[in-house]
Amino acid sequence: MFQPRSIQSSLSIKDKILSIDYVLVISILILGIVSMFAMYSTDGGEFKYHTKSHILRFSIFFLMFLFLSFIQIRFWHSTSYLIYIFCFILLVGVKYFGLTSSGSQRWLNFYFMNLQPSELMKIGLILFLAKYYHRISIENINRLKFLFLPIVVLIAPVLLVIMQPDLGTALLIAAGGITVAWLAGVRAKFFAYASLIFISLLPIAISFLKPYQKARILTFLNPEKDPLGAGYQIIQSKIAIGSGGLFGKGFLNGSQSYLDYLPEKHTDFIFTLFSEEFGFSGSLFILLLYAIIIWRIVKIGNITRSNFGKLYCYSFATAFFIYVVVNMGMVLGLLPIVGSPLPIMSYGGSSMMAIMLGLGITMACKIYKDIPVN
Amino acid sequence: MLNSTSGNTFIKSKLISRRMFLLTAAKGIVLIGVLGRLISLQINESKKYKTLSDKNRFREWKLAPERGIIKDIFNKEIASNRQVYQIHLIPENTPSIEEVFFRLKSILNISDKKIFSLKKKIAKQKPWDPIIISDNLTWSEFSRVNLFLHELQGIEPIVSVARVYNSDSSAHILGYVSQVSAKDLKDKKYLKDMSVPGIAVGKTGLEKRLDEDIIGKVGFQRYEVNAFGKRIKQIMVDPGQAGKSFKTTLDLEVQNFVHEILKDKAASVCVMDIYNGDIVSLVSSPSYNPNAFVHGIEKKDWENLINDNKKPLINKAISGLYPPGSTIKTLVALSALENKIVRPLKTVQCTGKIELFGEKFHCWKKKGHGIVNMRSAIKRSCDVYFYEVARRLGVDRLSETAKKFGLGKKVLRDFSEERSGVVPSTEWKKKFIGQNWYLGETLHSGIGQGYFQSTPIQLCLMTAQIANGGFEIRPRIIYDKEKNNLKEYLKFKNENPGQPLPQELLVSNFELKPLFKNQENIKIIKDAMFSSSNEPGGTSYRSRLEDKRFTFAGKTGSSQIKKFTEAQREAEVKQESLNYKDRDHALFIAFAPVSDPKYAISVVVEHGGSGSKAAAPIAKKVIKKVLERHELRQFSNNLQGDTI
Repeated sequence: MFQPRSIQSSLSIKDKILSIDYVLVISILILGIVSMFAMYSTDGGEFKYHTKSHILRFSIFFLMFLFLSFIQIRFWHSTSYLIYIFCFILLVGVKYFGLTSSGSQRWLNFYFMNLQPSELMKIGLILFLAKYYHRISIENINRLKFLFLPIVVLIAPVLLVIMQPDLGTALLIAAGGITVAWLAGVRAKFFAYASLIFISLLPIAISFLKPYQKARILTFLNPEKDPLGAGYQIIQSKIAIGSGGLFGKGFLNGSQSYLDYLPEKHTDFIFTLFSEEFGFSGSLFILLLYAIIIWRIVKIGNITRSNFGKLYCYSFATAFFIYVVVNMGMVLGLLPIVGSPLPIMSYGGSSMMAIMLGLGITMACKIYKDIPVN
Repeated sequence: MLNSTSGNTFIKSKLISRRMFLLTAAKGIVLIGVLGRLISLQINESKKYKTLSDKNRFREWKLAPERGIIKDIFNKEIASNRQVYQIHLIPENTPSIEEVFFRLKSILNISDKKIFSLKKKIAKQKPWDPIIISDNLTWSEFSRVNLFLHELQGIEPIVSVARVYNSDSSAHILGYVSQVSAKDLKDKKYLKDMSVPGIAVGKTGLEKRLDEDIIGKVGFQRYEVNAFGKRIKQIMVDPGQAGKSFKTTLDLEVQNFVHEILKDKAASVCVMDIYNGDIVSLVSSPSYNPNAFVHGIEKKDWENLINDNKKPLINKAISGLYPPGSTIKTLVALSALENKIVRPLKTVQCTGKIELFGEKFHCWKKKGHGIVNMRSAIKRSCDVYFYEVARRLGVDRLSETAKKFGLGKKVLRDFSEERSGVVPSTEWKKKFIGQNWYLGETLHSGIGQGYFQSTPIQLCLMTAQIANGGFEIRPRIIYDKEKNNLKEYLKFKNENPGQPLPQELLVSNFELKPLFKNQENIKIIKDAMFSSSNEPGGTSYRSRLEDKRFTFAGKTGSSQIKKFTEAQREAEVKQESLNYKDRDHALFIAFAPVSDPKYAISVVVEHGGSGSKAAAPIAKKVIKKVLERHELRQFSNNLQGDTI
């Protein structure tokens, strides 16, 4: 079970390349290509800004993903806390220097791109907690003393993101962190307590919500109440998906998006557009690609030796699943519109970057699966 | 240390795997949920959402069709269409409806009440459907709106077409159109998909009867629109279909002529072709201006029409009910002959009155007519003779004959305003009044008073069916070229100029069905009517036309409004000295020309006094006019016959 370090570290370049999970890489590539076509359709069938920009981003971050795959897993382990702190500083920076767009302050302006640190924080928090639970001994996991730090590192960024305000991303960050704690073995009763506290605080939290956020929740509960106002997005999205039928209206023929009935069609509602044009078969295809990606990440978690790697891969796979399901649930009218992008498909650099970063670390877990991290 | 760490690691990794297993199971369930939703939306309910998506995509704007034209027999337009200037408002295109109305008010004369009702309408319809603000602007108003158009976003000046009636003379028979009402939508199924702003429906008369065909087919334009209501492209245009045009059997010139004669009187005239039943003229007076209704009549004008005691809105020719008075004597005599109750030469002595079971029955002539037979009794309209005949005949046999000749039932089909009148009988009285018949009532019926009620068009039909030798005809007002086959008639005319068409030829040509048992009886009645109009002492002798071409045979009548008191009878009070409302209705029926009858006419003048003084002179003028135009009419008929 324990193998000498010398054997492990002497992996040749060839070994490394051979040990890449090609199913995962190819699935991501296919999804990327599909997303380019979807983006081309949102541009009304012309090769315009969104399409160009999306292709560029995908290419850059896909290469980044491949590059990151070869970085020693030990590096990620040792810099986990630093990465988290870096993300946290960026989040604080957003509060002071961030760009504001449509009422929400989320972005930092770097000259080559507008970065959304909250997206990076999704990975940062998972890394931090994976390392944390990797390090503490099993007896300590459920001690209150050792629960203190995870709670702080989870709540601090979530609060910062809520204040931007960006409820959707905050919830997704929290979901990733909670997953790590769950996998590490924190007792179910703590989760029960936490949710009790959360529910009892909910009324207070709701009083802090912005009116538009309240409206979204109300709208979710009854979208037909105000079909031209807040319920409009959900209704139009359902119409688009439903009218796609079995095989869809055909590429570039999605009338709902082409005639601007669909809101946010290149970001949150990209799945709606695809579903409208390619129907149930198209939706199934996308769902299958995501299932393969998640399955491969879990599989890497299974074979990686270190608990850091396991914790990280399982949590990332779960978080990835949640991103996909929350987005789909949203456009299918199963969940309130909270604003969460569909990984890789949606237009948005930070999200793409964070996902590719996460996937890169996963691949590193695969390549260096037998290397102990400490 | 190493071992404990590795053991620790091992336990931890088992724990992680166990927890991951639980998570994976949860994910599986969630995934099934998402998949289920996709199946439900894209497979199960896809049809519903496809419809919704099309509803999003397409918008239709309906186009009002042009109404068909109504023409007279010479193809002169009686009801046609004209250009009108309108302004429409598309609520979606205006930034502020309040502001637009405010501006409009300063440009046009729109009342606050109207604006209020328009706003209510706007709230009810789709924001892209236009609403008509004003449907009939004058040119100066219209150009003023155009001048200020830049300040009136959402307002569209439109040149449209609307109904126009070229004269008032045919207002009653033609009826009028007006805006669709809620009741119209409920009653008329064909209006279901025709809710186009500006469409008008027929409310009365022919406009109502022909509405379904004359209204046309609504067209539409279908556009693909984007989420902001902007038209992206036109998908489909259906220009609709103009309504069917109709040709009537009326003669507009006769209509106008009669209208002029009847001016200021409460009266009606009906002229009919005695062989094919074509209604040449049907005029009710006083008339009204049907154009006033097309764009919504003013309240004041409406009230004036409603409160006028000459009842201008009623089509007296088909809805006015009058006791037929002495005109019924033709049928009483005929019925008696047919039932072999009396022989034509049987005489009765008229002393001015008879007594029956203590009740006195007076003749209109106080001194009496002396000894009269059937011919002279009709000629001089002796009441006593007909009391006697009616008494012998009985009301039920009279009623049978009267119904056969067209009384008591509607003459034109599908005119909702037409009334059927009453032909009394013992059975009728039992059923509707619940009492037994008295012999005295038979005597009243014998001179067309009492329960008898008839419309002028029924009297005209009755006359026509006597005039044509006793054959049944079906009156019509819509021209029908199939039934105008006059070839044989014209052939005979060319070969035997000046000769009337033999009966057999007529019967076969018009497929006539006899109403008589013995045609000799009909001839006796016609001859008696001739004497009434053309022999000294006849009741309408003074109104005779001596020119052979126009000579007519007729029968006067007056229907009693108020029974004379004994004192009035003694004083020989004249009708003219009574209050207008108490005067008798004056009636006259006739056919012409006597030598070769072609037309029948009935004239009713409400409260006109006596038939000979008030009704016959009108008939005289109308008969002359109609006969003068006979050749023209034949020519026009024949021309159309040839073009089939």
